Amino acid sequence: MTFWQLYRRNRSAVLGLLILLTVILMAACASLMFPEDPFRLAGKPMSVPGENGFLLGSDTLGRDVASGIAHGARTSLLIGLLATTVAVLIGAVLGGLAGYYGGWIDDILMRVTEMFQTIPSFLFAILIVAIMKPSIQSIVIAIAVVSWPAVARLVRGEFISLRNREFIQACHSVGMGDIRIMLAEILPNCLSPIIVAGSLMVATAILIESGLSFLGLGDPNIISWGFQIGAGRTVLRSAWWVCTFPGIAILLTVLAINLVGEGLNDALNPRLRERT
Amino acid sequence: MNHTAKRVRYVLKRLLQSIPVVLAILVVNFFLLHLAEGDAADVLAGEAGSATPEYMAQLRQKFGLDKPLPVQLAIYLKNVLSFDLGFSFRHDMPVATLVLDRFIPTLLLMVSTIVIAVGFGIVLGLLAASGLNTWRDNVISIFALITYATPLFWIGLMMIVVFSLKLHWFPTSGMENVAMFYEGWDRVIDIAHHLVMPTITLSLFYLALYTRLMRASMLEQAGMDYVVTARAKGLTERRIVFGHILRNALLPVVTMAGVQVGALIGGSVIVESVFAWPGLGMLAYEALFSRDLNLLLGIFLLSALLVVAINLIVDVIYSFLDPRIEVS
Amino acid sequence: MSADDQPKPLLDIRNLFVQLPRGAERTHAVEDVSYTLNNNEILCVVGESGSGKSITARAIMGLLPAPHVHIDQGTIDFNGESLTTIKESRMREIRGGEISMIFQEPMTALNPVMTIGKQIDEVIRFHTKTRKKHRRQRAVELIDSVHLPDPEHIIRAYPHELSGGQRQRAMIAMALAMEPKILIADEPTTALDVTTQAQILKLIKELQQSHDTGVLFITHDFGVVADIADRVAVMQHGRIVEIGTTDQVLNHPQHPYTQGLMRAVPSLTPPAVRSISSDTELSVNALTKTYKSGGGWFGLGAKERIVHAADNVSIKLHKGETLGVVGESGSGKSTLARCIVRLINAEEGEILYQGVDLRPLNRKEMRPYRSKIQMVFQDPFASLNPRSKVGRIIADGPRVLGVPSAQADKRAREMLELVGLDERAFDRFPHEFSGGQRQRIGIARALALDPEILVADEPVSALDVSIQAQILQLLADIRERLQLSMVFITHDLRVAAQVCDRIAVMRLGKIVEAGPTATLFSDAEHPYTRELLNAVPGKDWHPETATAPLKQDP
Repeated sequence: MTFWQLYRRNRSAVLGLLILLTVILMAACASLMFPEDPFRLAGKPMSVPGENGFLLGSDTLGRDVASGIAHGARTSLLIGLLATTVAVLIGAVLGGLAGYYGGWIDDILMRVTEMFQTIPSFLFAILIVAIMKPSIQSIVIAIAVVSWPAVARLVRGEFISLRNREFIQACHSVGMGDIRIMLAEILPNCLSPIIVAGSLMVATAILIESGLSFLGLGDPNIISWGFQIGAGRTVLRSAWWVCTFPGIAILLTVLAINLVGEGLNDALNPRLRERT
Repeated sequence: MNHTAKRVRYVLKRLLQSIPVVLAILVVNFFLLHLAEGDAADVLAGEAGSATPEYMAQLRQKFGLDKPLPVQLAIYLKNVLSFDLGFSFRHDMPVATLVLDRFIPTLLLMVSTIVIAVGFGIVLGLLAASGLNTWRDNVISIFALITYATPLFWIGLMMIVVFSLKLHWFPTSGMENVAMFYEGWDRVIDIAHHLVMPTITLSLFYLALYTRLMRASMLEQAGMDYVVTARAKGLTERRIVFGHILRNALLPVVTMAGVQVGALIGGSVIVESVFAWPGLGMLAYEALFSRDLNLLLGIFLLSALLVVAINLIVDVIYSFLDPRIEVS
Repeated sequence: MSADDQPKPLLDIRNLFVQLPRGAERTHAVEDVSYTLNNNEILCVVGESGSGKSITARAIMGLLPAPHVHIDQGTIDFNGESLTTIKESRMREIRGGEISMIFQEPMTALNPVMTIGKQIDEVIRFHTKTRKKHRRQRAVELIDSVHLPDPEHIIRAYPHELSGGQRQRAMIAMALAMEPKILIADEPTTALDVTTQAQILKLIKELQQSHDTGVLFITHDFGVVADIADRVAVMQHGRIVEIGTTDQVLNHPQHPYTQGLMRAVPSLTPPAVRSISSDTELSVNALTKTYKSGGGWFGLGAKERIVHAADNVSIKLHKGETLGVVGESGSGKSTLARCIVRLINAEEGEILYQGVDLRPLNRKEMRPYRSKIQMVFQDPFASLNPRSKVGRIIADGPRVLGVPSAQADKRAREMLELVGLDERAFDRFPHEFSGGQRQRIGIARALALDPEILVADEPVSALDVSIQAQILQLLADIRERLQLSMVFITHDLRVAAQVCDRIAVMRLGKIVEAGPTATLFSDAEHPYTRELLNAVPGKDWHPETATAPLKQDP
């Protein structure tokens, strides 16, 4: 069966993919739909959704909530993808080395991941962003720093279970080099769990990003969903829409990515795995 | 062979293992905070409006900020060991006092959250797994899927809109109604009343996590060989689920509960700031923006210790559930 | 034999069909199966993997993985009750009460977090109203009856604290708690070592005779059948091809499939001695490898364990010879094999090949020797990279050693032909092949480097008996054709008898005895060797003579 045929069997994963594609489309077309800067004062402040030409209302300063959501989609996806990529790269390299070689490299890695599990990770992310001054860069670094240990653990586990398989021993017995064994023989066999974990991590990264910008630690030059909610907090009583719509945007995006991740898991890791 | 002795040894070993972790956390946090631009002297001077370089130097000397970094770290470690967490310039109070003051509210929030999230998570996961692919399973799974994707702060705000502002069931913020000067049971009820929304907000995400984990774990265990044996013994399905599968299925959930405590404290920063709950998270948030380094270090240390302590309790529970501890 | 002197059978299966889910290889796991089981008899159901022998047993117990697999047609009568139409509550009384079952893997078949005592107690508690004190007493009695030492201690132990054989004994005690009329044993000794297997078989026979139990014994091993069966049913592709008394089936098989299986069972009588050169190809001298685990944490962690996997091992391999290394699990035979191909670094000793000690060589120095000593692995599923095409798997070896790609590919195709596979296999993935074919690919990979020594680590133990015979034949052919010397690791003395010129017996990391195969089989000196030989299932049965008188039949 082709990958798509396998994926299609999980209906909620298809739904997730549709939602995700919509969000991506929205992010791609944000500048077309709302050519103006989302921070710009677009009209009467605190407009109810549908009034004064605001589809989803306006906030205390008269900024267009809908425009913010469209542009915020870019921020969320960008940061989610970047942070995940960095975390997966760091985690795969360190986890792979630790799992393959074992010994002291492994010991150190395990102690470090233990430390990361003990440190309240969100608090740690806040700290990093605050120290480095809020910017896309610092947010990406902060999220990657708190996320890579999970990848490292996963990759380490896969490498440990694969390195003792007989087909890897066969590679050793013809004198194949370590790098080639790791990249050409072991890695292809653990790509699917990494892809699945990575896709779920994008969702977590988006949640962390929204939490940071909600607390006022977002990049001040770029609109984001968390920032919109944080800004609307004070007028919760009188203008519910300012907080509500960006929240729904986060919810749907994260939900969609989780569904896609589960779909990938079903398609990539069929129950046959123990036989291969 | 003596199971109790084994258990004690296991727990002692875990205790020993956590010491280097705590030390590493101290060192890492210390250096991280020193990477920040501007120190306490800058902050104090900035607040005073004007400051001469001499005054700054004097301030730095007073707080030991002029010494080389390793010396500062050594001094800090020594102080920590004697339970001296330094002085908060901003609050003009010893950090230890300040932090301990805020510790109880956070502990209250954490414990109630863990109990609710783990407890209901297990029950919901069990219900979902035992009615696989029925409406019950579907409803629980969809609920878990959605709450797993919802940002904490947004749930908090939405709950305030619905339950506080519209329905007036619960207060919007704070831990108690100070103006009423409640005492005894009245005070307990008042605090519990304030605790409801922060707890639910913080629990929802973890509730979803444990529900999904428990469901998956139950299904995995149900496929094991020993379940076939139990069936071959003529046991009822009920007995098989509660006598055999449940205990085995709990193991990964309990492990995860320990792992997630650190994340839970992170979540409490957001929840405490949404509900103005006077705990460590709120204090950390304030300390961050006033660049109160000593205070932040104190909070970090305390929350790390809290995580270590809760993990130790989890280990004890785990050692009762799994006799194979020595093997791992 | 007339129907009248037969008492009414305890269990009567008639025309049973068990349906498989759609998309499976066959529509039915079991087709038109009928057999009976009487009081006080052992019926062995024999067959290769996928023959439907276990599914039938599960069908009797009502333990089919519903709803995907279910009984389609047919009846199962137990003591006059129809098990296919019975109420679930009555079925529960029968399960564990009147019909019990034991399984292949006693580790996974026991609940890991419940004490042995509690797991036995549960059976009694669910089937009777006995008081707690009496139940405990009964559990102790049961443990004692399966000859486990210190029953008071065992009932408080968890499964992981017992050895494999002890676990299977505990499992049997549990199954016999209610003195069932029928015991179904599903490959109960397959996961055990041969000496433990012999003890468990003896125990089952003893308990069966003292309780008049009817035992339905499922196995793939004709040796085991010869040892314990009263009657035998042979299954193939879900059907019974032959059923009769042990003597009828084992010594005068009628069906071609049974005859084929018998021929595939290696005989315990070694073939005529081959003439072997006296030149030494490889000599291993005083090789030592020790594993340490646990310890540390100031004595709080797991107890420190030191395992001498290879303890002062010396063996000599002559040119063109096949040297068998025989032992039970944990004897260190696989460690020795891996030390020789330098997958594991031994701490002390010599591995002399053409006058060079290979043991201390580093990776780079080892390179020129890699191609000379190659390995064939045990598990046909784990030994091939599932993500690589077969051609690449075979050609990678020469390529690593600097052979140009086109030439390496050509070599790979030659090797495929050599091991009897179609050249089209080159572009396929390993999962498209059966276990036996995969093992051929593994052999082709080892041969691609043109080695002089082949180290084969249990190369046939994961295969069905008929496939096993083919692979052994292939190895024998190649050995002759390419003048290979071979180190053959196995736990199966039957295989060793047929393949090896000389045999070294290993136990706990030490070689206890070594000598020419025929000598070792006829007069072994070491008591452990004798114990091993005694434990071989079906040692008094000679499959090579079985089909002989019938060969002239049309």
